[in-house]
Amino acid sequence: MFWTISEITRRIAQGEITATQVIDDLATRIQTIDPQLGAYLTTDTEGARREAAEIDRKHKAGEPQGPLAGVPIALKDMIVTKGLVTTAGSKILAGWVPPYDATVVEKLRAAGAVIVGKVNCDEFGMGSSTERSAYQKTLNPWDLTRVPGGSSGGSSAAVAAGLCTASLGTDTGGSIRQPAAFCGVVGLKPTYGRVSRWGIVAFASSLDQVGPITRTVADAALVLQAIAGHDARDSTSLTTEVPTFSDALTGGVSGLAIGIPREYFGEGIDPEVRAALTETIKVLKAKGATIVDVSLPHTALALPAYYIVAPAEASSNLARYDGIRYGTRAETSDLLELYRRTRGAGFGPEVKRRIMLGTYALRSGYYDAFYKKAQQIRALIKRDFDEAFTSCDVLLTPTTPTAAYKLGAKATPIEMYLGDIFTLACNLAGLPGISVPCGLTSDGLPIGAQLLGRPLDESTLLRAAAVIEATVGLGDKRPAGITGLGGGS
Amino acid sequence: MPTLTRKEVEEIADLARLHLEESELVSMEAELGAILEHFGSIAAVDTEGVAPMTHAVPIDLPLRADVAMPSMDAADALKAVPRRDGDLIVVPSIIPGSAE
Repeated sequence: MFWTISEITRRIAQGEITATQVIDDLATRIQTIDPQLGAYLTTDTEGARREAAEIDRKHKAGEPQGPLAGVPIALKDMIVTKGLVTTAGSKILAGWVPPYDATVVEKLRAAGAVIVGKVNCDEFGMGSSTERSAYQKTLNPWDLTRVPGGSSGGSSAAVAAGLCTASLGTDTGGSIRQPAAFCGVVGLKPTYGRVSRWGIVAFASSLDQVGPITRTVADAALVLQAIAGHDARDSTSLTTEVPTFSDALTGGVSGLAIGIPREYFGEGIDPEVRAALTETIKVLKAKGATIVDVSLPHTALALPAYYIVAPAEASSNLARYDGIRYGTRAETSDLLELYRRTRGAGFGPEVKRRIMLGTYALRSGYYDAFYKKAQQIRALIKRDFDEAFTSCDVLLTPTTPTAAYKLGAKATPIEMYLGDIFTLACNLAGLPGISVPCGLTSDGLPIGAQLLGRPLDESTLLRAAAVIEATVGLGDKRPAGITGLGGGS
Repeated sequence: MPTLTRKEVEEIADLARLHLEESELVSMEAELGAILEHFGSIAAVDTEGVAPMTHAVPIDLPLRADVAMPSMDAADALKAVPRRDGDLIVVPSIIPGSAE
């Protein structure tokens, strides 16, 4: 099941296969392969078959179909789905069946996509390896002893292993791009405000965005098209017109100025990652791009600024989980104790750590030293990008300092946080970013190239990513870590 | 930047409405202390005159017409309430000594 979106929609439109067959094949495949991977938390085969049957009925009746008609899509469990359990990877939401769909889910359904299930993630999106899910670990399909990245690790693993055609992830500090890099797939974080956050479990509201994780750049463009646009229910959603993203795919990089921020190529980068990026730069130059040396001097401060701003917002957002209106509840006869016990039992260690950190940073007397200071640094980081984009159209960096690491390798919180060093600044500045595969290590692990663009310029990211995909991308290479993957379809 | 004391950890947990077990209090003291020490570098950054950036994209507060719109059915909204009595959500007494 490695068809692209256009291959599926064309085959269904031409009557070569029915949407029901696509879903039936996929259901069998998930049953066979997912026990090795642990990507899915919930599958909804019955619901998917119902949606597929409707696509098939429309096909027979000659009715118009949406652009994603019959395309199987898995959603990160941070995305609220009506009638389908949504946990955000947390015990505190165990068994929660939402009474509504997120805007992005409504939009996907309207485009004809078939929702096949919910995929694993670090609890409330707080993690970089999917090891922090309260339910299960998800493994990397390229090497089952390694993490798939996170927090959208279930999305990336499922897409890489052909257990769905596309997935939606959420990205607060790299949670779409980093797992995409680790799993050899494409992950796009749109500009802040490009996609509605209504119905997304909130982590850090000024940083969160939803975006596609797909096997090809063209598929990322199609999924982004389906979910982008203004939504009156999200007051931070932008009213800016949405371009046709697929138009950018054939643009090439001739005449494009690609900035190489020197701070992203310093110490601590794995030599094979560095070599892959060097090769990518060489190829882009050969294809007509102008390579520009740029500086983002406040880069090193993105990590502390992020790990103050994000936990501060999280500590406020997660106050809603109190055992009263939904989620799990610890029964006691005292209200305050009910809150404390419910939250103490329901949240996992990383979530508690971040709530504590955020509460500390927002505490009276510490606010200026931490939260305000971090927001000022955020402004400096944004200025760096504004300055860089006066001399280039797009920035190219590694997505991560290393390829996927072993399960359990990041023992302390700080070690884990340091792995996010290249993806955080993009969220702080609200920019669009994409990770696209640009080669394999000698151990056969994918390496990701990250492109960062001007606000609302996803098109240029897709344009450059398409060239990287076509030149140094993975081609037909499939994850070698699991059995029964199959090829062709 | 100061490292954390045990008392501060307990105070923050209280503010955050989090019950922490003894073992969690011990690990939290060490881990949060290490994180804050690591991030202490921000204190030295010159941010004189820099306006704090509260949001990624500058947006004016959007307003909409004051018109009643259909909203979620009350029965649906109440479905996930862990404990209720009809359409009422049951909570422990807020004023000590009074009934639920």
